[in-house]
Amino acid sequence: MKLAFPKALAALGLAASLLCGTAQAQEAFKIGLILPMTGPSQSTGKQIDAAVKLFMAQNGDTVAGRKVEVILRDDAGVADTTRRLAQELVVKDHVSALAGFGLTPLALSAAPIATQAKVPMIVMAAATSIITEKSPFIVRTAQVMPQVAGAMGTWTSTQPIKTVVTLVTDYGPGIDAETWFNKQFTAGGGKVLASLRVPLANPDFAPFLQRVKDEKPDAVFVFTPSGAGAIFMKQFVERGLDKSGIRLIALGDVTDDDQLQGMGDVTLGVVTAGPYSADHGSAMNKAFVSAFEAANNKMRPNFMAVFGYDGMRALYNAIKATGGKGDGAALVKAMEGAKWESPRGMVEIDPKTRDIIQDVYFRKVEKVDGQLYNVEFGSVPMVRDPAKP
Amino acid sequence: MLTNLFDGVAYGMLLFVIACGLSVTLGLMNLINLAHGAFAMAGGYITVVLVNRMGVPFFAALPLAFLLSAAIGLVMERLLYRHVYRKSHLEQVMFSIGLVFMAMSGVAFVMGSEQTFINIPDFLDARFQVLGVSMGAYRLLIIAVCGVLAAGLQYIVARTRFGAQLRAAVDDPTVARGLGINVDGVFAATFAMGSGLAGLGGALGANLLGLDPTFPVKYMVYFLIVVAVGGSAGMTGPLVAAILLGIADVSGKYYLPQLGSFVIYVVMIVVLLWRPQGLFSRAGGR
Repeated sequence: MKLAFPKALAALGLAASLLCGTAQAQEAFKIGLILPMTGPSQSTGKQIDAAVKLFMAQNGDTVAGRKVEVILRDDAGVADTTRRLAQELVVKDHVSALAGFGLTPLALSAAPIATQAKVPMIVMAAATSIITEKSPFIVRTAQVMPQVAGAMGTWTSTQPIKTVVTLVTDYGPGIDAETWFNKQFTAGGGKVLASLRVPLANPDFAPFLQRVKDEKPDAVFVFTPSGAGAIFMKQFVERGLDKSGIRLIALGDVTDDDQLQGMGDVTLGVVTAGPYSADHGSAMNKAFVSAFEAANNKMRPNFMAVFGYDGMRALYNAIKATGGKGDGAALVKAMEGAKWESPRGMVEIDPKTRDIIQDVYFRKVEKVDGQLYNVEFGSVPMVRDPAKP
Repeated sequence: MLTNLFDGVAYGMLLFVIACGLSVTLGLMNLINLAHGAFAMAGGYITVVLVNRMGVPFFAALPLAFLLSAAIGLVMERLLYRHVYRKSHLEQVMFSIGLVFMAMSGVAFVMGSEQTFINIPDFLDARFQVLGVSMGAYRLLIIAVCGVLAAGLQYIVARTRFGAQLRAAVDDPTVARGLGINVDGVFAATFAMGSGLAGLGGALGANLLGLDPTFPVKYMVYFLIVVAVGGSAGMTGPLVAAILLGIADVSGKYYLPQLGSFVIYVVMIVVLLWRPQGLFSRAGGR
């Protein structure tokens, strides 16, 4: 009897180690997805969440023998919350990757956590250039503001547009947009009459629009975050700027596919630059849009949805490439230089900066089958972030 | 230049209609009600539901927004606010800020947390040129409605029997009661009216100020500035203060866009240094 106890203990230990062994082989690859599901940016959260679900429904939830599990958390667009959630996901849920990040401050607040925990952090929405420099574990599948704004500046200088007033929302991406549009536009021989910045919290564009009207430029260049475009367009028309002969050019965020239909016919003819339009002609995009609309009660995917969809693609490919065993550093390494076809066209992760390289399209709002779409009419292929050497 | 002035007056008028209720409760009843903006938000969302979802005409929805917000105000006053009239200011602040957070979360839950707009009739999108000044029909409507309200309010508070009862009840509730004034009733009616006006302002302002669940917090400072700068004598103070701030805000953003929305704070600091009690104040007022 004396020996029975240690023996039992040993047996128990063996059983336990066996259990652990099997558990390890099947341990899920957890992705902590942090999105603004409520608050002013909830459209971004909804789009990305729907796209992530669609991707997993189409591509299965097992990659290289590992089950993939997404843990969704809502930060309501508050940076402190993002940071806390990222920490909890790393410490308590032992996630292998973080993803999401609806706005620049949210991405910046979580960057140190990714660095310390050595987990890849996939930025699916935030667009300020500096983000990828804040942690060697950040990979961006979204867009970079200077990439799009710079391309727009160059294009504008080739048009019969000599003078421009810029009007941007006063926060990280807005300032990036202003800086790079102005830089490329003046390099092409254009003249910027005034650069106006609208406070983020104040939606009354009236005085700024009046200033635009009185400066009498050939065109006004606008950037507002996704969602604020509707109120801008409303006031643009209310002030009669649509009839003043001043052309409206903008970044794709203003005529966001998610909101475009609700903004109405006032948007007809607005020219924007952006990485994605739901109207993009490729076979892959047509399949993506119809699958997305079918799964989400006819909600049209916008650029955010595609950024999220591609974020999942990047992660899946990296898990495959590392045989399901790679740690954070190996996963990031596998993503550097990765290239794949996205609904928006070919994209690549810059091996040096871990930032997205993609086509920037020029689009004009037109009616297609009675619905408003950003119809593409030109593009610049494979644009890097010009703000990084 | 004149267009800016016009826009500024419209903006100021809107601030006045929303804040005048606060100036009565804060300036006259000596109650710190930080939840005042929540009543404006209620009016805005009531109009959204009525006009956008139920198809009620915009001009019929405005009085309804007033009445329903006033009804909510009355219920809240009878149920909650009357218990904090005699409490310290700190307790009033804690109580009303709690209400704000509850209102914000409640609205976000029911209505969603994105910017909402009211479908106003097309003819209000029109624009006129009068003597070289370009004016929007909607802003003109705001100025007209708010102007009439301001005149009416000033008349009620300064000239009517109810106004006299209100001023008496505020100055010394005990003596007022002794004279047979129904102080509770006067306070309740005043509070309901203030809430109703805020609701009407919220309904009119939704398309100008934007309407989302953070509305009460976003504009709380503006309303408080109107009351602080205006002082507590009748309706003239808040009216002048609101228009001054509206013009300062709009022209500040036009001429000095770098300073953005900071200009109104400069105006507030200057006015309060010059007249710490506000532009217009009553002798003996509390």
